[in-house]
Amino acid sequence: MTAATLGRPTIPGRPARRRPAGAGGRFGGYLTMTLATVVLGLPLLWMFLASLKTPEELYRLPLQWLPGAPSLDNYAQAASAVPLGQLLANSVGLTVAGAGLKVALGLCCAYALVFLDFPFKKVAFGLVIATLMIPPQITIIPNYTLVAGLGWLNTYQGILVPGLASAFGTFLFRQHFLTLPASILEAAELDGAGHWRKLWRFVVPMSTPTLAAVALVSVVTEWNDYLWPFLVVDDPTKMTLPVGLTLLQNTDGMTNWGVLLAATVVVTLPILLVFLVLQRRLVAGLTAGAVTG
Amino acid sequence: MTPRAPEASGAPPTGATAPRPPEKHPHRSRLGARRRRRALLWALLLAGPNVALLLVFVYWPLLQSLYLSTLQWNLGSPAARFVGLGNYVEWFTAPTTGRIVTTTVVFTVATVGGAMALGLGLALLLNRRLRGRGVARTVAFAPYVLSGFAVGILWLFMFDPRYGLIQELLGWLGVASPQWYTDRPWPLVMVTVVYLWKNLGYVALIYLAGLQAIPQDLKDAAALDGASSSRTLRAVVLPLLTPTTFFLLVTMLLSSLQSFDIIKAMTSGGPLGSTTTLMYSIYEESFVNGRAGYASAVATVLFLVLLAVTAVQMRFVQRKVHYA
Repeated sequence: MTAATLGRPTIPGRPARRRPAGAGGRFGGYLTMTLATVVLGLPLLWMFLASLKTPEELYRLPLQWLPGAPSLDNYAQAASAVPLGQLLANSVGLTVAGAGLKVALGLCCAYALVFLDFPFKKVAFGLVIATLMIPPQITIIPNYTLVAGLGWLNTYQGILVPGLASAFGTFLFRQHFLTLPASILEAAELDGAGHWRKLWRFVVPMSTPTLAAVALVSVVTEWNDYLWPFLVVDDPTKMTLPVGLTLLQNTDGMTNWGVLLAATVVVTLPILLVFLVLQRRLVAGLTAGAVTG
Repeated sequence: MTPRAPEASGAPPTGATAPRPPEKHPHRSRLGARRRRRALLWALLLAGPNVALLLVFVYWPLLQSLYLSTLQWNLGSPAARFVGLGNYVEWFTAPTTGRIVTTTVVFTVATVGGAMALGLGLALLLNRRLRGRGVARTVAFAPYVLSGFAVGILWLFMFDPRYGLIQELLGWLGVASPQWYTDRPWPLVMVTVVYLWKNLGYVALIYLAGLQAIPQDLKDAAALDGASSSRTLRAVVLPLLTPTTFFLLVTMLLSSLQSFDIIKAMTSGGPLGSTTTLMYSIYEESFVNGRAGYASAVATVLFLVLLAVTAVQMRFVQRKVHYA
């Protein structure tokens, strides 16, 4: 039914303003969309449900869909196997510090690149932009040696500092600053505002959408970052959540799904909530590359 | 006083060419030199930290990595021997290299091709004025923001051959679950599916933006000419989406070639190396086998591949970016 209506050519002469498909095509659209949503959303739902099930409910055939009496036992068990509270605190702390510093570095750097005249400005800009093309993988071994040499293994600064420099953020801020009306800044200058004041009183308030986008993208990448913190830290009290998940996977093995999935919920839920609440801004930041090319 | 100004501005050739707002104030020359000095100070203060971090943690390691690739050197060992291109020769002739390259190509083609095709389909669906499409879009995009490692763990449970959801769904269709964890090629299939799931929403959203940028009159004109919707898609919509397709192709290629977290969580490159990609082998050689010199050579190979992809992009983007 759907195929027939979809394939039917529109009657020529009548200016059909879209909708080549009738009710049948519409029904097909809804059906496909519902199916796609269920298929894409089911794994996350399944994770939440599983984290609330008892082992007997998890290992029962045929599968039990809903937990009989939802309990947080798995979460308690995960917290006793790895220092879950500490991991959460580490992740939150490192994400806030990392994203905050990244935004600040990008903001200041872009300000200098757009509003200041200084020698080798183009070189500086080229250095920043070219970083976008250097995959982090090639820097990992030397950076690891460097961080180990500094005695920074198993430290917060070891996790944080090597990834701090902002290339993407600087780029986005620069793009935005170039669109700001020059007249306002000139007026500010005539009023005797210095660069510091111009940056915080004029440029920052006019850049809130970009600020939000860069901050949110940084939060997501810092939170999810895995390879680097995994290499630098093997002390459980210094781990971030995704790395702690590895620890749990290794100690508890594959058999204890409820506990492992409870920890997985702890890793994913905060970012999922950030995404649901600030979706528009976050998506704008994550897809910004497509617009800028 | 006056001779100082040209001297100061003559030194930096880059600063003079920058088309910044011209200063048309009367006492230009005297203030100019001071202003320039102050600007330089501010530039050092504002741009300095970021540029310094890039130099120390990106550019310096990049050069070091190229150097390390010429050494026979184990991670943490004080002894290193210069072997020239020996590591590269070893990589090109190693018996495992063929398998790793094949795995990388299969994984990359399947993930990039799959994400592009499914993402376009999803975008076409979400571009229709269906109620609830906002919810569908949110659900589709959500996996993209989640930790790759966590997503890997969650799907490992989905794929569990005895108690996973997938064996249950296959059971409904009367199909016995494959041994996802152990029997080739299923581990690679598994990792590919998860990568697709995680990135599909991103591709769909970018395609959706591309679709919404296509002027309605073009589609109306096609409809007026009696074109069927499938023909409109082929003859009008897809050609106009070429820049988007190209952008996504490159972005997905780069990200797929660098994927690590999902593979680490689900298979650790196994069983028997059947999910070891180029990227994964760098990690394995350096941090599991400790062969940091050799791993640096492999990293350089990957770097060159990525650079080639980027170079192709830059050539094409200039030609194809303008449309409609």
